This record gives sequence, C-alpha cells and structure tokens, in this order.
Amino acid sequence: MQPIATTFFFYFLSALTVLSGVLVITRKNPVHSALALIVALLAQAALYLMLYAPFVAGVQIILYAGGIMVLFLFVIMLVNIEQSQREEQFNKQWIIGLASAIALGALFVFVFAKSKSLFPDRGISMPEGSNTQQVAVLLYGNYMFAFEIASLLLLVAIIGAVVMAKKRI
Amino acid sequence: MLDYVTSYLHSDTTPGQAGNLLWALIYIMLIFLGLSVAVIAMNWLERKILAHMQVRLGPMRVGPHGLLQPIADALKLLIKEDIMPAEADPWVFWMAPILVVITAFTVFIVVPFGPTHAVTDMNIGVLFMLGVSSLSVLGIVMAGWASNSHYPLMGALRSSAQMVSYEIAMGLAVVSAVLMTSLNQTGTGTLSMIGIVQAQQAQHVWFVFKFFPLGLIAFGIFAIAMVAETNRAPFDLPEAESELTAGFHTEYSGFRWSLFFLAEYSAMIAVSSIAVTLWLGGWMRPFPTWLSGETWDLVFSLIPGLSFLLLAAIAFLGVIRMPKHPYFRVQTIGLAGFGAVLGLIGLILFVPPVRDRIQDIFWFSAKVAFSMYMYIWYRGTFPRYRFDQLMRVGWKVLLPLGIGVLILTAVAGVWL
Repeated sequence: MQPIATTFFFYFLSALTVLSGVLVITRKNPVHSALALIVALLAQAALYLMLYAPFVAGVQIILYAGGIMVLFLFVIMLVNIEQSQREEQFNKQWIIGLASAIALGALFVFVFAKSKSLFPDRGISMPEGSNTQQVAVLLYGNYMFAFEIASLLLLVAIIGAVVMAKKRI
Repeated sequence: MLDYVTSYLHSDTTPGQAGNLLWALIYIMLIFLGLSVAVIAMNWLERKILAHMQVRLGPMRVGPHGLLQPIADALKLLIKEDIMPAEADPWVFWMAPILVVITAFTVFIVVPFGPTHAVTDMNIGVLFMLGVSSLSVLGIVMAGWASNSHYPLMGALRSSAQMVSYEIAMGLAVVSAVLMTSLNQTGTGTLSMIGIVQAQQAQHVWFVFKFFPLGLIAFGIFAIAMVAETNRAPFDLPEAESELTAGFHTEYSGFRWSLFFLAEYSAMIAVSSIAVTLWLGGWMRPFPTWLSGETWDLVFSLIPGLSFLLLAAIAFLGVIRMPKHPYFRVQTIGLAGFGAVLGLIGLILFVPPVRDRIQDIFWFSAKVAFSMYMYIWYRGTFPRYRFDQLMRVGWKVLLPLGIGVLILTAVAGVWL
C-alpha cells in the first residue's frame, strides 16, 4: 500500500514532538510536564512507524509511554505539588544550557547542510513485513554478546535497587 | 467511483492492506456499532446473570425482563449534571476519560474477526494491542490525580501499581504463544494477529492444547492477568466500592462517567479477543480437523442460525410465562416482537451466502462471549483480593510461572 500524505504527517508529528518537548521544560506543574512528555514519546513512536520500523514503534509505546511514564506519574502524584510549584529553581545554569542548545542546533544545521556528502543517497527499500525479524536476527545473532551484557547490567541495577530499598536483608 | 467501491469485494486481504480507505471506514463503523451493542448487552447480561447467581431477579421493571434498562440508564447518564470539582485540574480532568475511550477503541483495528474481517493487519499486531491497551492506565492515573480528592488518588495509585505488575506476566504468556507460531513449516514466527491464527490453522491445533500442558498454563496466566489488567473483580481494587467509594472515577458524573464505563467494557472485550486469537484459534470453528469434511462443515455452518432461533425460542417461552393481566400487555407484545426479531436474524443466517460469510465472525464472537461470561462468573463467585495478596500473586506466582513456561516452550519447540 502506498503511503498517504507522508510530508504532512512528518511535519505534523515533528511539530507535535517539538511543541510538547517545549511544554515539558516550561510547565511549572510536574504532572503537566510528564503528560507533555508522553505526547512527545507517542509522536516519536509514530515517526518510527513512518520510517518502516513498526517494532521499534511498538516497543516505544509499551516501554516508554505505557511503562516508564506510568512510574514517573506514580512518583510525581505522591509529591506535594503546591509546595514544589512555589519553590524557586535552585540550579541557575541557563547560560550553559543555552550554549549547549545553540551548539546542538548548529550541529544539526551543519549535518543537514552537508547531508548530501555525509550520507549515501539511497532510498529506504526495507519492506514493512520483515522489520521484527531483522531486529531479532541482529540482537540474537550478530550482537548477541553485547545484548546479553546489557541485560546483565540491568540485572545488576535491579539488585542494587533492591539492596538500597530494603533495610534488612 | 463504483469500481473503487466494488474493487475490494474480490480481494482476499483486509481493507487496510488493500489500501481501500472507504471499506476501512465501513469496517470501523461496523466494529464501533457492534461494540456499542455488545457493551449495552453486557450491561444487561451482567446484572441479570449476577442477580440469578445471587437468587434475585435483577432489573425487571423497564421493558420485559428489564431489556430496556441499559437504554434507560444511558439516557439518565446523558441528562445528568456534569460536575467538575472546584479544585480539580480542568485540562487533565477533561482529557482523562477521552484518553481511556480512545485507547479502548483503537485496539480493535487489528482484531481479526475473520481472515479478511479486520480493519487492517499489522506486522506488530499483538505488540500494538498490548501497547495501546497499556496506555489506558495513563487515563486512569490522570483521572485519579486531576480529581484532587483522596479516594480517586488512592484508586489511581493502586491501579498503576497493579497494571504495571500484571503487564509483565501477561507479556511473558503472550511471548510463549508467539514462540509457538514459529514452529510451522516456514520457520519464522509472527506477531500479526491474522498470522497467529493462520499458524494455528497450519499446525492443526489451538495453542491452548499445544505442548500440553504448556499452552494451557500460558493461557491460564493470561486469563488471570487480563482480569487484573481490566480492573475487574476479584482484582477490582482501583474501584473497590467498600473501601474507596468508586476509586478513580469517584468525582466523575454524567457523560464523562459513562465514557469510563464504555471504556472498561470495551477493554474487556479487547483483552478477551487477544486471548481468543492467541490461544483459542481465533475465527476457526471447533474441531476443524477431527470433524472435517463436507457434512460437518454444513452442520457447523448451521449453528449460528440455530443459536439465534434458540434465543428466539427462549423469548417466546418468556411470552407464554408472562402474567395474563392487562397491565402486562405492552410488555408481552414487546417481548414477542424482540423474539420475532431474533428469529428473523436466525432465519437470515440460514441463507447460504450469508451463512458462509458470517461463519468466522460468529465463532470469534462466540468465543469472546464465553470469555465475557467468565468475567461475570468470576465477579459472582470470588471475593476481592487484598492488595498484598494481589502483589504476591502477580510477582511471586505468575511471573516465575510465566518465565518457566516460556523457557519450557522454547525447549519443546527446539526438540519436538
């Protein structure tokens, strides 16, 4: 099936991501920030779908929007929001932040301007049907060792969290 | 224009894959309509079945045997005042029910009612269903927080903890079913909902009975986890009436409350259809290989019509048993009319072209309906779990069991 209105959806989703990203850092209420972050993550998942990576999109929705953000909200809801809203922001690092943002933006502009020479001019020819299988082949074939090491690291993190949370073991 | 409309009729894929927007919209409308009718029917059935389990009559006043009660309830909810607490967060309070309803209905675009009877078939079908239905917890958390009230907040906290823990056991059970699809001749598994049923067709076995008892255990884990995911009894802690008034939707009223109600029931239908697709053979009729052949095909194709005729017969039995007092005349006529409509549907289902096309949809719906009856049955028989018991079952029983089944399924798949 031919994609419909690709350009429109790309700009729409990108604008949504940027807008909600701005909302994440400008809202004073942490719950509103978290909800804006969820919108940004979902728009990103849709962008993955447009890149013919349905598996990555599905995992993005399940893990980030459905799992991690729920835990974020879970913790934020327990905080007294009236108090945290009145508090002054204590790390005044906006000069450094601005500088790094400008540097990152400049990098993006540079890459965009040089894109013809940096990346080979080759259209995406991956059929939609095989994405999940290809991810599996890469993870459990070519990069098996790195993948298992990463899972071991996560296990260590879990054990560390349990040790820190539990008073008596 | 006419070509565009008729071109899909001869294709053998879903409208989404054929790229036919019009038929996709028609399918979406049909599914929306069917779901709404199913939710109304579930509302009435749940109250009647629960009442009969507790030796009561249930709703009897509005319409014959209370058949019009759901419609009366819907009207009442629509004309009720829509209250928003003064200190509530208006945006989040307003968004929460909408988010819950959208997620509950969106998952149905990949539910396969038949080999071609789905809006579309996705490469990541199961993943999509699990992901989108896991977003509904966000709506619940938003509702509980935005109400700015103690009981909803506690309901939302319970709900998020419960859903996050049961999602893992559910995912492990789903993965072990997906592993079973990779054992067909081609050797590659699939996550697509239609592909999973086709794998069961190719292997001549429903996945519940595959590698007995591994499939059965995985199905059992999913059946328990899906009750917890949809916040139904005995895992209805987020809305435990005796402890939290109504949990996360305490402060909601009128139309917004009815959205939560709609979303809860359509989410139940959604997870039931995942279970049916993954383990109970989807749209396949019972015993497709054991009782195969022309005669058995004919016998099984008559069942949809016969079951509607049975319902009509029950309605007419009710007509006969109605009291012969003039006061009940309108109700008797109404019930007879309802029975006549059911009988007419049954007769239409006997017409050969209709009979052949309705087969898959009927068997899929029948399996989902059985699963919905189990939901009501659980609610009528099990007492509510305590929160620590709930967590213990989720993390210490279902999760290890799920991992064990997953490993054993992989081993069995390699060796058998």
